[in-house]
Amino acid sequence: MKALLLRDIRLAVRAGGGFGLGLAFFLIVVVLVPFGVGPDSELLAVIAPGILWLGALLSCLLSLDRIFALDWEDGSLDLLATAPLPMEGLVSLKAMAHWLTTGVPLVLASPLFALLLSLPVEGYLPLVISLALGTPALSVIGTFGAALTVGLKRGGLLLSLLVLPLYVPTLIFGAEVARRGAEGLDTGVPLAMLAGITFGAMALLPFASAAVLRVNLR
Amino acid sequence: MASLWEYANPKKFIQTTDRLLPWFSVLAALTLVIGLIWGFFFTPDDFRQGSTVKIIYLHVPSALMAINAWLMMLVASLIWIVRRHHVSALAARAAAPIGAVMTVIALATGAIWGEPMWGTWWAWDPRLTSFLILFLFYLGYIALWAAIENDDTAADLTSVLCLVGSVFALLSRYAVNFWNQGLHQGASLSLDKEKNVADVFYHPLLFCIAGFVLLFIALVFLRTQTEIRARRMRALLARERLG
Repeated sequence: MKALLLRDIRLAVRAGGGFGLGLAFFLIVVVLVPFGVGPDSELLAVIAPGILWLGALLSCLLSLDRIFALDWEDGSLDLLATAPLPMEGLVSLKAMAHWLTTGVPLVLASPLFALLLSLPVEGYLPLVISLALGTPALSVIGTFGAALTVGLKRGGLLLSLLVLPLYVPTLIFGAEVARRGAEGLDTGVPLAMLAGITFGAMALLPFASAAVLRVNLR
Repeated sequence: MASLWEYANPKKFIQTTDRLLPWFSVLAALTLVIGLIWGFFFTPDDFRQGSTVKIIYLHVPSALMAINAWLMMLVASLIWIVRRHHVSALAARAAAPIGAVMTVIALATGAIWGEPMWGTWWAWDPRLTSFLILFLFYLGYIALWAAIENDDTAADLTSVLCLVGSVFALLSRYAVNFWNQGLHQGASLSLDKEKNVADVFYHPLLFCIAGFVLLFIALVFLRTQTEIRARRMRALLARERLG
């Protein structure tokens, strides 16, 4: 299991796919926003939590189709499926590798990007906490979407259509935590909901992803 | 004692629905005509909303069916996963575009109603938003069916998507409640009679709802038959090409 996780992370880092690209995309989104809405720092501070969450979500989405695509093409997915590791474990590992290579860099970089959008100082900690808690859910849900579309030639667009509606609850609660934090309000309730969604998704969705992957490998 | 599962046989399904379809269609047309004409021309205007209140006769039934169509797809998907009856998977597939259209009707009539009443076509109200999300779920479901060539694979994948989607649709429904307070009024129909709309509007509305339900059943029968026949055609063509 550990070997597989390390292999996935190594592949992601060396192939130049997830690691740098997701972050660069996040940066571009953040840079483009002031061009779109104007450089007024008060306005930017108001929309910063939402923009940062949206940017994180989109750059997460960007690398989803790579979760299974490469292993599918060269046939190693079939080998992994016949390995003693249960399919549920495999998809959980894949989601974890995706989170470590996409989610964690986003979380770590988010204070820097928050600075660009002039987020108030009180908002930094809630933002980082909400992203750290929420991005695993994005990876797990995204793995389900990737497993659904793995056999399709041009599944990328379909993948976003399928996954984005599933992201709605995570986005709502995540952005709410960040927004309330920035305004100095109590973040307890949305934070608890966000944690509930993340842990619920982590516990239950791998079964659905594994079932779907088995169908696709049939 | 005939079991319900007999109708999982496509031939039996087509035979039975062929016999039922005219009845359902005629009844649907009849109840809709009665309900709409009664509602549009023989009920008084509301004292505050004027004649716009009559949009209720399209808005409420279509919104109801938009949700019930998804529920029906959920049940059909479960039946497909558990018992693997092809008719069930095809019925779920057949219901999806109808549900999507119902969602659009509900959203459109809502917008038309909202403009004079709330002064806006659209607001990010929890109910409106969750309907829009429901519509996105329908789109994804239909797109996934269309994208996969193998019928059984498509049925399996869409069924799982329907199950997972139901959970997340429900989650979204309550998440948006948390996210924004609404303009939309609460439930206007419920089984405890205290809070219902006034009887003058209520009775024709019941006809309209019955009409929409019957219409939905008739359309699902028809579209499922079409799916079955289309699949038979494909099987025949494939056999011809081989032989």
